[in-house]
Amino acid sequence: MNELTMIEAINQALNNQMRANDQLFILGEDVGANGGVFRATDGLQNEFGMQRVFDTPLAESAIVGMAIGMASQGLTPVAEIQFMGFIYPAIDQILNHAARLRNRTRGRLSCPLVIRAPFGGGIHAPEHHSESTESIFAHIPGLRVVIPSSPARAYGLLIAAIQDPDPVIFLEPKRIYRDGKQAIEDDGSALPLDSCFLLREGIDISLISWGAMIKESLEAATQLAKKGIDVEVIDVATIKPLDINSIIDSVKKTGRCIIVHEAAKTCGLGAEISALLAEKSITSLLAPIQRVTGYDTVMPMFKNEQHYMPSSQRIIQAAIHAMEYR
Amino acid sequence: MTSKDSNIELSQYLNSDGQLVQPLPSYLDDRTQLIALYQTLLITRLFDEAAVNLQRTGLLGTYAQSRGQEAIGCAIGKAMLNEDVFIPYYRDIATQIQRGVLLEEILLYWGGDERGSCFSQQKHDFPLCVPIATQFCHAIGVAFALKQRAQNNVAVVTGGDGSTSKGDFYEALNIAGAMSLPCLFVINNNQWAISVPVQQQTAAKTIADKAYAAGVTAMQIDGNDPIAMLTGVKHALKQIRHDGKPFFIEAVSYRICNHTTADDATRYMQQKDLQEATQKEPLVRYKKFLSQYHAWNDDDDSQLYQTCQQSVDQAIEHYKNTKPQADGEFFDYMYQDLPADLAQQKQAFLDDLNRHE
Repeated sequence: MNELTMIEAINQALNNQMRANDQLFILGEDVGANGGVFRATDGLQNEFGMQRVFDTPLAESAIVGMAIGMASQGLTPVAEIQFMGFIYPAIDQILNHAARLRNRTRGRLSCPLVIRAPFGGGIHAPEHHSESTESIFAHIPGLRVVIPSSPARAYGLLIAAIQDPDPVIFLEPKRIYRDGKQAIEDDGSALPLDSCFLLREGIDISLISWGAMIKESLEAATQLAKKGIDVEVIDVATIKPLDINSIIDSVKKTGRCIIVHEAAKTCGLGAEISALLAEKSITSLLAPIQRVTGYDTVMPMFKNEQHYMPSSQRIIQAAIHAMEYR
Repeated sequence: MTSKDSNIELSQYLNSDGQLVQPLPSYLDDRTQLIALYQTLLITRLFDEAAVNLQRTGLLGTYAQSRGQEAIGCAIGKAMLNEDVFIPYYRDIATQIQRGVLLEEILLYWGGDERGSCFSQQKHDFPLCVPIATQFCHAIGVAFALKQRAQNNVAVVTGGDGSTSKGDFYEALNIAGAMSLPCLFVINNNQWAISVPVQQQTAAKTIADKAYAAGVTAMQIDGNDPIAMLTGVKHALKQIRHDGKPFFIEAVSYRICNHTTADDATRYMQQKDLQEATQKEPLVRYKKFLSQYHAWNDDDDSQLYQTCQQSVDQAIEHYKNTKPQADGEFFDYMYQDLPADLAQQKQAFLDDLNRHE
């Protein structure tokens, strides 16, 4: 049992699955000798060779397209896109092919691939390196979109993603790559891809979040407890397909719901969760659903990124508002 | 576009009058082989004509014709081994037929039914690819997988001249060269990307020239010359199996038809150019060759014509008699296992259907 950061847990999960499955290949930019710009693939080329862990030319569409071709013939590719801000050249491949190959061929060919990409703000990165556009992918039938929020969930969810028979977009909140360690048994255990994780039980408010915002949500919950407000925190983790039932169960208990995400507000996943709650559970609400999110602006460059990203203070304000609502 | 001003030479065996401009390659000494090649062209042409008619009568959706370009696909299909993998674009029924995809499966696809891509043969081939040039990237992934398997197989991918303007084309070609992948690229240069002529797509002297920048060996072939095409593709595949490196073929042809049944080429194609191109088309040329060198006569021709037409007619009957998909089948292949929320949507769809029936 080792104490690992999230980035180390990701590395461990990749290593574990490379050992378990000799048809698994890692491809991307700088994933080889360099071990990835965040070191997610550190040491893997040394251990498993240049055939199985290889640097591609700098071409995102071809990285994903190539992974689709590999997956169609029975290999298990894990492709890295260096930053989510650079995934867009590959959108054509992801939407038009990875998500559709099984359906187009009525299951004759399938696309068991994982596309990993660091995402989100908070590390003072250059322009285009800090966006959170997960809901673009959550909109697309045929994909799974998975976002870990702790080292242990990164390990278990990545293993599940690699073992999943369909394409998975695995988005890694890079702000918490090295934010604390957790003890992880490297036993290859997968976590479920079809359910939320209940991180903290409470009876007053349901805080629904994922990725790096889990940190802010838990912090807010701790602060609110001091004010006597008992907050439940749910990590959605797999945002597509969405486990709405767990969220509904929580809101039925608390009657209040705040959704927290770093992505822009309009058409963010919070909108979908709000709509589903309204459709399926509106009578259990004691206060309006609130969304604490990034703004509908371009993600500011790093001098202002802290003003864009939801803080625990904004979450606390929303919680107080919910409790005071009559 | 011709090879004028380029370092690339156009490979040709038959001129447009069907006369040999160089001796036949020895593998074609056998007359039955030559006739078998003709049969592949003929069945493609008859299928193509039938498909257009089916579309006109409302039995097919929009259909992309291959008239005048049959020699390219037939050559690819005949030259490939079973265990090679074909990654087509949408104008590739000639190759599909030679790969063993059933004519009724091709009709199902163009008739708006996904089951047409669930090939009963060639389980590893890709379905027709509609988004332009994306297939080149799949092909290098397939080639990578084939290289891992080390059984000397080749990924064969096709595209049109317009597709060579896209990023995916360059990205894939570049990676194939850089990673030394067993991949054959064949470009059907039919001179038109819907209404835009190839001269407006590029200032490159030939399409084949584009491969040189990626360090990939390339040749240009008269795509209306079935013998040059078959010989060229065979040569390319042999070369790839020998050295494991990618190879590029530009097949120069002409689209003597509309882009698809939804297109009207008279809006942009000059009648004079079309007539000129029609003089050079592969079927007429090959028939002239057979009659000049192999005593092929009109009786032989009409007999073979009938045989091929029968196959097409049978396929149309099979197609017409195909049972529709089960209600809600379109939900079933989004994921290996239907997620809970999607299962609910499917149930709601079925309930709705029952209410209205």
